[in-house]
Amino acid sequence: MTTKVLALPSKVPAAEKLSIKKLLRTMWRQRWLYFLMTPTLIYFVVFKYGPLWNAQIAFKDFKPLLGVWGSPWVGFEHFGTFINSFYFTELMANTIIFSVAKLVLGLPLAVIVAIALHETWLLRFRTLVQTAIYLPHFLSWVIMFGVMLVILSPGNGLLNAIIERFGGEPIAFLTSPKYFRWVVILSDIWKETGWGTILYLAALLAISPDLYEAAAVDGATPLQRIWYISLPGILPVIVLVTLLRMGHILEAGFNQIFVLYSIPVYSVGDIIDTWVYRQGVLNFQFSLATAVGFFKGVIGLVLITISNRVAKRLAQQSIY
Amino acid sequence: MLYTKTRDARIYQVGIAIFLTVILLIIVIPFWQVIVTAFVPLDIYTREGIPFFLPPTKWTLEAFKQLMGHSQFARALWNSVVITVLGVTISMTLTVPLAYGLSTRNLPGRKLIMTLVLFTYLFSPGLIPVYLLITGMKLTNNYLAVILPPAVSVYNTLVMMSFFEGLPEDLKEAARLDGANELQVLWNVVLPLSKPILLTIGLFYAVYFWNEFFTPLLYLNRNDLLPLPVLLRNILISSSLNEYVEYNAFSTSPIESLKAAGVLITMLPMFLIYPWIQRYFTKGTLVGGVKE
Repeated sequence: MTTKVLALPSKVPAAEKLSIKKLLRTMWRQRWLYFLMTPTLIYFVVFKYGPLWNAQIAFKDFKPLLGVWGSPWVGFEHFGTFINSFYFTELMANTIIFSVAKLVLGLPLAVIVAIALHETWLLRFRTLVQTAIYLPHFLSWVIMFGVMLVILSPGNGLLNAIIERFGGEPIAFLTSPKYFRWVVILSDIWKETGWGTILYLAALLAISPDLYEAAAVDGATPLQRIWYISLPGILPVIVLVTLLRMGHILEAGFNQIFVLYSIPVYSVGDIIDTWVYRQGVLNFQFSLATAVGFFKGVIGLVLITISNRVAKRLAQQSIY
Repeated sequence: MLYTKTRDARIYQVGIAIFLTVILLIIVIPFWQVIVTAFVPLDIYTREGIPFFLPPTKWTLEAFKQLMGHSQFARALWNSVVITVLGVTISMTLTVPLAYGLSTRNLPGRKLIMTLVLFTYLFSPGLIPVYLLITGMKLTNNYLAVILPPAVSVYNTLVMMSFFEGLPEDLKEAARLDGANELQVLWNVVLPLSKPILLTIGLFYAVYFWNEFFTPLLYLNRNDLLPLPVLLRNILISSSLNEYVEYNAFSTSPIESLKAAGVLITMLPMFLIYPWIQRYFTKGTLVGGVKE
């Protein structure tokens, strides 16, 4: 998951009250700009708000022949079906386990690596490490799947070759319910931790060198230096990233799971998004699948709004 | 100056270096193994499986030859290039005006547009409504189905917007006094000054379209339209490869080598453009979104 940290544009200075005439004149002056923006605005109406219109089938019994508008309303029936179904707990649990584990295990590692990069004197080596660890972020999960097969495959995988060398039995990591969750969590950490260090490293580099110099004069140990200067310096970023990730807690990584999972591991690997895909696209349960997607969207909206409020209060920063 | 180079400090530095080396190896070893797998010759493979070290004289391009010689693979490579080029062009044409408009302070309606755009970023009704829209528009088996739904990334738009906002207002005002209209201001003043951000966002879109595999899987069901990642996935999950590559008893490469070679070919463009992207994000251009 990419970290999305953005601030809202600062408030426009309160404009003087414009008369309608003045407003029209400004609009006329900007006519070229409106003209340029028109294709994008049409795009937003069709491709971003069109789906919102279609989302009404979450409250309907969608029949393709009757169309989105013509299908009969059923209220919250599909939401009830979903919440009372046996797969509800399983899907919610898998989704939350994946995103929380990725955050709880991945974030401290990213912080530690960033601090190590910041501490080292070997600047060329630092650039080399940075180059290597950022790269996996740009690879798709299909490529990752290929790399993982080379490492984890029970027949020829490197890891299984090592296990066999030490007298163990080869493990089918990708299809065993016992290991699948770890495979998902650790492969995500492998892919994204390096990229995650960027924000922390930027924050570390922004800390005033004076502080470190003063600490050196006072004879602070490296550990004291990290504990009293570096960590407090990046704490706002850590808080911000955590809040943002909490806001996206139901985004457990659709592409990753979709590529890696298979029927034997559905019980430990299936997340809301993969389920929506199978129910909707493969089983034609359009209304039910849309209701579940809508449910997820609403929870996401609520969570992100709350975490944004908290971020504003804690760090005077907005996360979107 | 900054650090006193005592013995303790040196030991500490060695510890840090060792830690970073371990991290580096954890990232590099899997790639190394993929490379060896792709280049291992058949005779070594049948004798001892896939080695970790391969003598320099033994490396063979056989798997790449076999893969590229197959029309389906070459076709998929071409399709990916088409989708990426078309996708980046459409994305940029739609993103730049929106970002510029939103960065123009005195544009009437700017706040409304901003709210509408942000809302789509914060609330998504999920996959099915988009799926019904695309299939309803009869875009199945059309590259537009793959390109249009993700064409404008709100995040990229906001990053570009904050870059535009940082440009000096004086330059634009000077052009306006010379009688330039907003179109000319954008084209002659703003865009030339914005090359770094245009390149960065363009590359991000390119990476996105090159990597995209789920949407093509969803909307393209003709084999001759499939892009590389979809074909690669099919190759990776198949055990015989017969559909995609001539693989039989007479094959000159092990099946693992063909898969690894496919991974490397799909990865190659990322490797090539990577130094370009890196130049910008190490300077912190992309973390510019985080501001007080």
